[in-house]
Amino acid sequence: MKLGILVNEGPFTHQASDTAYQFTKAALEKGHEIVRVFFYHDGVNNSNKQADPPSDDRNLVTLWSELGQEHGVELVVCVAAAMRRGINDDLLAAGFKISGLGQLVEAGIIGDRLVTFGD
Amino acid sequence: MEDWEEDEFDGPVKKFMYVNRKAPYGTVYALEGLEVVLITAAFDQDVSLVFIDDGVFQIKKDQETSGVNMKNFSPTYRALEGYEVEKVYAEKESLEARGLSEEDLVIPVEILSAAEISELMDTQDMIVSF
Repeated sequence: MKLGILVNEGPFTHQASDTAYQFTKAALEKGHEIVRVFFYHDGVNNSNKQADPPSDDRNLVTLWSELGQEHGVELVVCVAAAMRRGINDDLLAAGFKISGLGQLVEAGIIGDRLVTFGD
Repeated sequence: MEDWEEDEFDGPVKKFMYVNRKAPYGTVYALEGLEVVLITAAFDQDVSLVFIDDGVFQIKKDQETSGVNMKNFSPTYRALEGYEVEKVYAEKESLEARGLSEEDLVIPVEILSAAEISELMDTQDMIVSF
């Protein structure tokens, strides 16, 4: 199945990004195709490479970054939501890119399902 | 960054339903959600918009937001018509519970019961809740 993933919450306040990450990883392991992971609202903060949680905590920015690079999954951060929150190309972790909301709509059109993580 | 607006998207048309459940201020979901609706329409998709729960406050007339230092973005909902978003619904039960009726709203909507909205949801390809 071709899946689009929408992440609407930041990496540490809310569980949404953790769950989205685990879901995406599991879907890839099961042989599904991830059309794109799109980060919106505070979800854009998942791309900030300056995130530096304590060493005994998971670092979701790194986890997403590695997953994206290992599996060639597109990790797209919404430009308007990113600008509002001070995220720009200089802050992006490897594997992320900034683009428009059209990328979210396109993921919905191309994919069989769009799975949303957030409230 | 890519200029998606300049790209002609030549793909299939899907039925996208956006479900607005949250009050317009207090969280950013309503404001940023509306952006998604307008862009989906720009992609010539079949867009429906539903207001449920506190989401019905998003389209309440006469919003006065200067006291909370927020931009009143309710006039933007009037742009939906220009984007040919004509399938706009509000849930009857949510309006009634908040003492609102059709004339309190900033745009014309079709008022449906929760059961009718549920049926409408069954016909969609995509449901995204903001």
